[in-house]
Amino acid sequence: MAERLLIVGNGMAPGRMLEHLLDKAPGRYDITIFNAEPRVNYDRIMLSPVLSGEKSYEQIVIHGDGWYIKNGITLHKGTKVTGIDRAAKTISTDNGLVESYDKLVIATGSVPFIIPVPGHTLPGVLSYRDLDDVDAMILASKARGNAVVIGGGLLGLEAAAGLAEQGMDVTVVHLMPTLMERQLDASAGYLLKKEIERRGIKVVTGANTKAILGTSRVEGVELEDGTVLPASLVVMAVGIRPNGWLAKESGLTVNRGIVVDDQMRTSDPDIFSLGECVEHRGATYGLVAPLYEMAGVLARTLIDEPAAYNGSVTATKLKVTGISLFSAGDFAEAKDREEIVLRDAARGVYKRLVLKEGKIIGTVLYGDVEDGAWFFQLLREGADIAEMRQTLIFGQGYAGGAPLDPMAAVAALPDEAEICGCNGVCKSKITGAITANGLTSLEEVRAVTKASASCGSCTGLVEKLIGLTLGDTYAPKVSKAACGCTDLGHDDIRRLIIAKELKSIPAVMQELEWKTSCGCSKCRPALNYYLLATWPGDYTDDNQSRFINERVHANIQKDGTYSVVPRMWGGMTSAKELRAIADVADKFNIPSVKVTGGQRIDLLGVKKEDLPGVWADLNAAGMVSGHAYAKGLRTVKTCVGTEWCRFGTQDSTGLGIKLEKFTWGSWTPHKVKLGVSGCPRNCAEATVKDIGIICVDSGYEFHIAGAAGLEVKQTVLLCKIETEEEVLEYTGALMQLYREQAHYLDRIHKWMHRVGFDTVKQQIVEDHERRRALFARFVHAQSFAQVDPWAERVAGAFDYEFKPLADLRFAQAAE
Amino acid sequence: MQMSNDWLDIGTLNDIPKRAARVVKTVRGDIAIFRTMDDQVFALDDKCPHKGGPLSQGIVQGDSVTCPLHNWVISLKTGEAQGADQGCTRTIAVKLQEGRILLSWPGLAVKAA
Repeated sequence: MAERLLIVGNGMAPGRMLEHLLDKAPGRYDITIFNAEPRVNYDRIMLSPVLSGEKSYEQIVIHGDGWYIKNGITLHKGTKVTGIDRAAKTISTDNGLVESYDKLVIATGSVPFIIPVPGHTLPGVLSYRDLDDVDAMILASKARGNAVVIGGGLLGLEAAAGLAEQGMDVTVVHLMPTLMERQLDASAGYLLKKEIERRGIKVVTGANTKAILGTSRVEGVELEDGTVLPASLVVMAVGIRPNGWLAKESGLTVNRGIVVDDQMRTSDPDIFSLGECVEHRGATYGLVAPLYEMAGVLARTLIDEPAAYNGSVTATKLKVTGISLFSAGDFAEAKDREEIVLRDAARGVYKRLVLKEGKIIGTVLYGDVEDGAWFFQLLREGADIAEMRQTLIFGQGYAGGAPLDPMAAVAALPDEAEICGCNGVCKSKITGAITANGLTSLEEVRAVTKASASCGSCTGLVEKLIGLTLGDTYAPKVSKAACGCTDLGHDDIRRLIIAKELKSIPAVMQELEWKTSCGCSKCRPALNYYLLATWPGDYTDDNQSRFINERVHANIQKDGTYSVVPRMWGGMTSAKELRAIADVADKFNIPSVKVTGGQRIDLLGVKKEDLPGVWADLNAAGMVSGHAYAKGLRTVKTCVGTEWCRFGTQDSTGLGIKLEKFTWGSWTPHKVKLGVSGCPRNCAEATVKDIGIICVDSGYEFHIAGAAGLEVKQTVLLCKIETEEEVLEYTGALMQLYREQAHYLDRIHKWMHRVGFDTVKQQIVEDHERRRALFARFVHAQSFAQVDPWAERVAGAFDYEFKPLADLRFAQAAE
Repeated sequence: MQMSNDWLDIGTLNDIPKRAARVVKTVRGDIAIFRTMDDQVFALDDKCPHKGGPLSQGIVQGDSVTCPLHNWVISLKTGEAQGADQGCTRTIAVKLQEGRILLSWPGLAVKAA
């Protein structure tokens, strides 16, 4: 019979250990896991992206329930181990279970350190450690209040950036004079502080917290100097402590952490430990790479293979999007040390190497971290750098005196060079896996080696390695390029605009290495839209990158004249509006007046120079642009509903007007049309709209992804909801998801087809938090969008558009 | 508006935004004056060789323009349609002098004649 292996704790370290174990000796053990957290194994490194809204919990799960079932592992979620009887070789739990073991692994991780100042137990004071903390923070941030983060280290800054991303007013309070002083020197700390402050986060350094104020919940933080910072949320991120409680109770040797030897064995030969809870050769670890090294050693020990953990030198990266920072080793100043520093103030780049006896012992990189892996490699192997000292600071590409072929640089890396810091994967492991398993794609390499599977910053390196190993046979799965000006596909462009915080078209073209000097008529409108959607309020629209219809807010017709469509909310108009339209048609000799399919009136054949005059008169009658030309909300078609119809079940006209007033002005990847029908007879033809609402007795059917254009598509029912408020919320959330994910010129049905109906449903219907967050982002974007472009132009904006540069007709006539 | 024998002063470079065009009206139809990203100036009949679309209303890319009606791409230098399309729009000589745009008067006269 298989030996019984019990594991206490289900974090990343035991998870990785199990992968190794199952890989090497499936069936060797009968495995049971106890986890105090009521969840499967997830990637704790990725909590910050969850907090900032870049990822969801589902996206950071490492092992889902299915994985445990497939591997025959019993997982007790939400069960806390309360005691170990080492003589009987059993454990007992808080819900009364007693289980015996042959081998026991303690992986209880760490607990956040809470400073015991007055008020530290008040509701609203959180640590930053697990998903519950993140959930609580996201919930608290909905109130958009003030947050104070105590601790300007790695975790504190990630928490601060995430909370700011969620719309809170954040202040970071840090005891030391500079941020992240354990990883950064003062210069890099200064650059980091500037960058953090540029994001609207206040930073107070050299500040000692005296008390947390409040009566029934948190109201503020008082500093030693008397300053009071108002706060509805306080996050303590001042450090972690190894969690050795259970081991200590059981009589194992515990100092700062659970003491283990090089085989990860505790003072009891049948009990092992790994992760943040251990102390190895006097050191404890809080970063993931060493934990993964321990996992490999323990797995081999458990199957009686020789293995030894020799301690780790760790490197740090900050996981705040857009901030590049790398630190490794020792960078304190001392007499026997030399240093090489490179500063480039304009680029915000700072690099420092600390040398001792001709070897690198520490490095800090800020702004440009490309060479971090290489410096770290030289540091770890204690390489003699005398030969390349002159060019060392410029990085690997220049160490030979001239820039190298990037492939050659990767080829030159030694086998043990670390490629993926998050998962501790070295070069030979990747190349070995490719050869041994016949891998041919990045996805496969990710699945097998875990390289580039966490934060993804090493993806480029991994791809180069694949190319190097497979040679010409490697055809990277290139997404279809957006246009001839770039090799990048739409998804990559969108992702990089966010990751690199690119905020203008020239910045995108520069950073993403556009092949043309100013793009083309395909990519420029797409980039303009992506930037507008990503940075509402921040990005300045580029008029020259818009198609003429959007540039002059009217539709160009075959003879070069324009058509003008004023907005008619929900299809409603009045005698006054109709009179104004008739007057405009007379005054400007407009040849055609037509009712459109979207329940509005189209004035066709307007001369371009007459447009401002036409708009001025329509504005005067209270009408605004109908955006009949826009990649944006066009119209909301309605029927008369309960107001007049004998079958109507709800006020479909009223709801249509509400929807239109809520969504008008928004820019989207393609046009968006809505329809609201008062009953299933569907007179508003809502089932061929991008979003269609069918009113029924019990509420509203929410349909999406219809179209009656180039392709005719019937909508699919996304869900049924009960109130008008919900219709507005679901509409805003869906439009925002579409705005954030779709490729430019994809209608909603095309986008949905690409990402999958289930994904959309999951995000809009099942994940309530996500829907609310999407809705909030839509509302935010709308605060910048609902401006009547006609009125702006009547007031003189872009007036050159509507006047000729010169008129030579009289001069010529006089010849 | 200044006139000499050969060149007509029709305005300043800054009257046209970068990557945009404006129109000069003549008895024989509109002329589109283009300004590129790198401040070159070109003049073409404001008519696409395809279906007469107003090129002045298109998106300027490098030294060509995409017609707003059916996306033909026309070279600003030669007036010729790019890619698989065939056709040519008449170009008119134009030059920049001390920030002012000068249009070839004989160029217009030929057309008028």
